[in-house]
Amino acid sequence: MTDHIQSPALLLRSKKISRAKHSRRPGEAVIIALLFLCGLFSILVTVAIIYELTKEALLFFADPNVTLWGFLTGLQWQPKINQFGVVPLVTATLVTSAIAMVVAIPLGLMVAIYLSEYASQKVRGTVKPVMEILAGIPTVVYGFFALTFITPLLRGAFGSDTVQIYNMASAGLAMGILILPLIASMSEDALSAVPRTLREAGYSLGSTKIEVALKVVVPAAFSGISAACLLGISRAIGETMIVALAAGAGPNLTLNPFESAETMTGYMVRISGGDLSYDSMDYNSIFAIGLLLFVITFILNQISRLVVHHFREAYE
Amino acid sequence: MMTSRIKEQKTASNLPARHRAERIWNGGLILSTLLGVLFLVLLLVKIVNDSFGYMVTEYGVSPNAMAVNGVPVWDLPKEDQVLFLQENISPGRFKKLMKENALLDRSQKEIEALIMQEIAEPKVAQTWTLSQSIFQRSEIQTTASQDYPQGELSFKAWLNWDFITSPQSSDPLSAGIRTAIMGSLFLIAVAVLFSLPVGLGAAIYFEEFAVDNWLNRLLKTNINNLAGVPSIIYGILGLAIFVRLWEPVTSGAILSGVDAVSLNGRTILSGGLTLGLLVLPIVIINSQEALRGVPYTIREASYGVGATKWQTVWSHVLPNAIPGIMTGAILAISRAFGETAPLVVIGASTYIVYDPASIFSKFTALPIQIYQWTSRPQDEFRNLAAASILVLLVLLLGMNTLAIYLRNRYRRTY
Repeated sequence: MTDHIQSPALLLRSKKISRAKHSRRPGEAVIIALLFLCGLFSILVTVAIIYELTKEALLFFADPNVTLWGFLTGLQWQPKINQFGVVPLVTATLVTSAIAMVVAIPLGLMVAIYLSEYASQKVRGTVKPVMEILAGIPTVVYGFFALTFITPLLRGAFGSDTVQIYNMASAGLAMGILILPLIASMSEDALSAVPRTLREAGYSLGSTKIEVALKVVVPAAFSGISAACLLGISRAIGETMIVALAAGAGPNLTLNPFESAETMTGYMVRISGGDLSYDSMDYNSIFAIGLLLFVITFILNQISRLVVHHFREAYE
Repeated sequence: MMTSRIKEQKTASNLPARHRAERIWNGGLILSTLLGVLFLVLLLVKIVNDSFGYMVTEYGVSPNAMAVNGVPVWDLPKEDQVLFLQENISPGRFKKLMKENALLDRSQKEIEALIMQEIAEPKVAQTWTLSQSIFQRSEIQTTASQDYPQGELSFKAWLNWDFITSPQSSDPLSAGIRTAIMGSLFLIAVAVLFSLPVGLGAAIYFEEFAVDNWLNRLLKTNINNLAGVPSIIYGILGLAIFVRLWEPVTSGAILSGVDAVSLNGRTILSGGLTLGLLVLPIVIINSQEALRGVPYTIREASYGVGATKWQTVWSHVLPNAIPGIMTGAILAISRAFGETAPLVVIGASTYIVYDPASIFSKFTALPIQIYQWTSRPQDEFRNLAAASILVLLVLLLGMNTLAIYLRNRYRRTY
């Protein structure tokens, strides 16, 4: 019954549709343009980062007391007496990151191998969420943990004369715990992606499980694993709150992990924590150091990406 | 014949060694995994351990000795308590308190709290952790009575309802995190309102509309690069752009017409936008994942009945991708919630007693509060830091559980 009433209307509507097809819906072009702008926005952020960092860093280098060479090779960072050598800050960053990687890479890899090659479904179901929780804990919490748990532990073990209250070892260890899950989960993905047939070929030659894991699966997943490690290093270099809390304030050129020394990020947080006046040397210096940090992490991330693309073993 | 037998012998002879290696490695792998789990347990135990425990308080005037004509001040009616307060503090201080809020208008509980704070002046002399309080109770009691004969030993739960609902204070016994939690909520709201639409828009463009050309490839690579930029870099970007360059906007001077000199750009708006930029790549990547999960057949069915591309996206792809997008958004929020470094850099104030009134207010945030308290050397502030970490972790855990629940509840298999 209703069919009879609707049919003329339907006819009309179908005419409309066919007409609409020719004229296109003009609103749609606007929507797509807006979506494109959203996509474009991200590149705007990158441009803004590079522009702002460079602009303020150039102001920093325009100061008569600063030269690019002196900045990169100077062994003293004392803005009060016009000493602007970034080496002590970089050294502290490298020491804390190295300690973190000594913890995170072996442990992370072992966890990854265990999870992908040995663990039952049930164990994996418990360990993976634990790793996700570890990775999701804010870094300021790790800073608290480093300062109030790891530092007293180190001072108890090595004596409070050797280990200072603020020290790079404690910050590095906490950072290692923070980065462990990142390396573990990325490596586990890489290991799991290695096809079963490779493993079975190994077993058929009489290899033990660990021989297959270390000599077949790990080499096959090498690109993914090295990408994970590079990302881990980049993460460690950019990590801020742990070193700000546990590694100490005040630049110090030393390789002794039990001494306190300020990292690049630690310096940036300390200086900007107070009331920073614009265009002061302090203000400009955090941009110069920020630029250096950005360049280092950017290069590491690029290498990590290239490693994945170029050294990937393609199966099937 | 001979050589093969020798080889066989060799293989046979190294088998026990290889099996031993297998066992050792196996043990090592399990140990490492357990170590990873142990770290999490240690971290949580440490934080709970510091959030509760005995403490000794010493008073300027013992609260038990406060009495008017032999009646303890705590048993008096409110009017007499106000009188008592007036007699025992300086007139200037009294005037200031009256100015804040007439004393007789306050509740009895508030008056008693004031008497405690202004006259009794409790100071934390020493604190112990939860494990010490349980296992070394008698030692603590002797230490307390020897070292602090005037002091009062009590069990303190640093994490309690008052702690969550009181504003920030320089006195560790009455300090709370309400202003910090409010600040964090405001920040998250701004960050989400900004990054969710932009991020989702970008994801839709990349997944549904972008053709494969150099510009779009560059844009996609750029997202991954942004995700790898250290958070402190976003902080100095926010400092340069939102706090400094856009000061008239972020300080609210444009809206209120107030002279910009008294205002500055270190506001919730600046902080929220900075966090929004920080989580934008996460929102985009997660939304892309969600859109990619919608099977192509659904799109084709929609095209088949004559829908345009946008109609297809809006009415078919998006509704199917919503759970995934929500999950991604929650993960982004939990990331923003714990971020500290960028907020320190853009200059979050640490001592804020009042709740934020608008997005143009100065602010503090929960992680900032934790950072500030942790960096104080006194033990009682470490206890406060531990208690606030507990709150932060519970909130984060709640959010992540919600994300997992949403993912499982609305997951569709095609």
